Amino acid sequence: MAQLFHTSANMIARLSLLAVVLGAGGGLTALLTVAKSPYNTQQNMPVDQPVPFSHKHHVKGLGIDCLHCHTSVEQGAIAGIPPTKTCMTCHSQIWTEAPMLEPVRESFRTNESLEWVRVHDLPDYVYFNHSIHVNKGIGCVTCHGRVDEMPLMMKANTLQMSWCMDCHWHPEANLRPRSEITNMTWAPPADPDERLALAQRLVEEYNVQSKVSCSVCHR
Amino acid sequence: MHDQPKLQPLERSEFFSDHRASRPPVDGAVARGELHEDELFYTGFENGELATQFPFAVTREVVEHGRQRFNIYCTPCHGQLGDGLGTVVQRGFQRPPSYHIDRLRQAPVGHFYNVISNGKGRMYSFNDRIQPNDRWAIVSYIRALQLSRHVSVNDLPPAVVAELNAEAAQ
Ligand code: HEC
Ligand code: HEC
Ligand code: HEC
Ligand code: HEC
Ligand code: HEC
Ligand code: HEC
Repeated sequence: MAQLFHTSANMIARLSLLAVVLGAGGGLTALLTVAKSPYNTQQNMPVDQPVPFSHKHHVKGLGIDCLHCHTSVEQGAIAGIPPTKTCMTCHSQIWTEAPMLEPVRESFRTNESLEWVRVHDLPDYVYFNHSIHVNKGIGCVTCHGRVDEMPLMMKANTLQMSWCMDCHWHPEANLRPRSEITNMTWAPPADPDERLALAQRLVEEYNVQSKVSCSVCHR
Repeated sequence: MHDQPKLQPLERSEFFSDHRASRPPVDGAVARGELHEDELFYTGFENGELATQFPFAVTREVVEHGRQRFNIYCTPCHGQLGDGLGTVVQRGFQRPPSYHIDRLRQAPVGHFYNVISNGKGRMYSFNDRIQPNDRWAIVSYIRALQLSRHVSVNDLPPAVVAELNAEAAQ
């Protein structure tokens, strides 16, 4: 009996196997790329708010420190969104007629909360805590980006698990002195030796560890 | 999984009529450790009079912590020098009095603690934002600011005097 398959079929079979593997790989890569893309993570997309509150004007323009409004970031798990009274300490006299501030005044009159739209929102099965990061020398700008240049708040990082882990494996590269936590423009020393010396000093002084076990964040 | 039924701080709740998941304490409730028996520390008064002394020893750390808190909460209006020319005042907010006027230089420390806690005139209270020990630290820094304009050269450490002389010589 003559052969059913021509010898070239061997080649075709191998090629099609390869195509399947490559196709699956490519598909997976495409999925992962989409998963990490700003489209999926909502990164760098300004979010509309009931009042167009500008961090750029308040932080950079007026030089107000983050803690003036986010008061619990050093002691608590959450940084806290300021209550209406905080806005009114200044806006009882500044821009008192501006229509865009009407929701703030109304909230103050009626004692109804202003409802801001959440920009950062981890899944509920993840535990996060601000105070430990801030007290171990991680600055706001490292996680939230140049907030002082955002007319409207947006997310600067993916907030995905791989992002947390990248730092948790090697936190030392991201440390700064506690006095510079809210500083948006602080930079480590340019000289590599000095930079290393500073990182080593801070690791020791703040006792910074690399915490990577699952139960740190999934508890 | 992403949104579990549990409520998180600052979340909206359909259960409570004011829609706040974070509940304010019931009126009249006193939490553990919040009895505030120490009159001087919590009110800035002593036997009904504004206190003239601090409730704890003022060290260098206290003053430096006070400077940091002052720069966070007060400089937008009172300015870094305490002269009442902060950035918000430059945008039209009523100018507060300078800390360097005689009346405030003579005022007892309890007065400053009281203004931070309860506000005064157009200035709102900061009792919800600044803890009592931080308020006292700020008061100590205001005292340092006031002193800074009335130091005689003889009171300075020799190293600082040498530095000043070198600068003057140039
Ligand atoms: C004058 C008060 C004020 C100051 C000062 C301020 N913030 Fe905010 N911040 C707000 C308000 C109000 C919101 C909620 C509205 C919004 O998202 O824009 C907010 C939202 C945020 C959010 C997003 C919260 C979310 O929904 O996920 C981040 C992050 C943040 N601020 C960081 C900072 C940092 C970092 C600084 C200092 C560089 C700072 N803020 C200074 C008032 C302030
Ligand atoms: C420490 C004082 C201060 C606080 C606290 C403050 N603001 Fe302002 N805000 C100002 C000043 C001053 C301006 C005018 C800015 C200018 O003229 O450049 C302003 C301007 C604004 C404007 C007008 C648009 C703009 O950005 O210029 C909005 C809206 C606003 N603030 C919202 C808020 C809200 C909401 C809060 C509370 C979370 C708040 N502000 C808290 C001082 C403050
Ligand atoms: C290690 C990274 C990291 C650092 C450092 C950090 N944040 Fe955040 N921040 C986050 C994450 C993650 C969330 C979302 C938390 C959630 O959804 O539960 C968040 C949420 C917030 C929010 C929204 C309200 C809340 O508390 O959930 C504010 C406001 C905020 N951060 C302000 C700040 C300020 C101000 C600083 C600096 C003093 C700071 N953050 C430092 C990661 C960080
Ligand atoms: C830029 C660096 C950095 C990033 C990004 C970061 N962390 Fe951390 N995290 C740290 C450091 C440093 C510590 C302190 C570790 C120590 O010394 O105990 C820490 C500690 C923690 C702790 C407390 C550990 C304990 O033992 O109590 C939790 C929980 C945590 N991180 C969760 C997260 C989550 C969730 C994310 C991502 C959304 C995240 N972190 C992103 C640097 C980072
Ligand atoms: C530093 C904090 C941190 C640690 C440590 C950590 N995770 Fe996560 N994990 C996260 C965050 C943040 C998310 C949410 C990611 C998102 O929103 O897409 C997450 C999500 C997940 C998910 C949901 C699927 C997904 O990726 O969206 C699984 C499963 C998971 N983690 C398993 C683990 C396991 C297993 C470990 C231990 C090897 C671990 N995690 C350690 C922060 C952490
Ligand atoms: C929003 C602007 C603003 C902020 C922020 C502010 N103040 Fe004032 N302060 C004022 C104004 C306005 C007055 C004048 C009040 C009056 O007599 O009507 C004042 C008055 C004072 C006085 C003088 C009281 C007297 O006897 O005349 C003191 C002391 C004072 N403030 C301390 C502080 C301290 C400490 C802080 C920070 C914790 C602070 N203020 C934050 C606006 C502000």
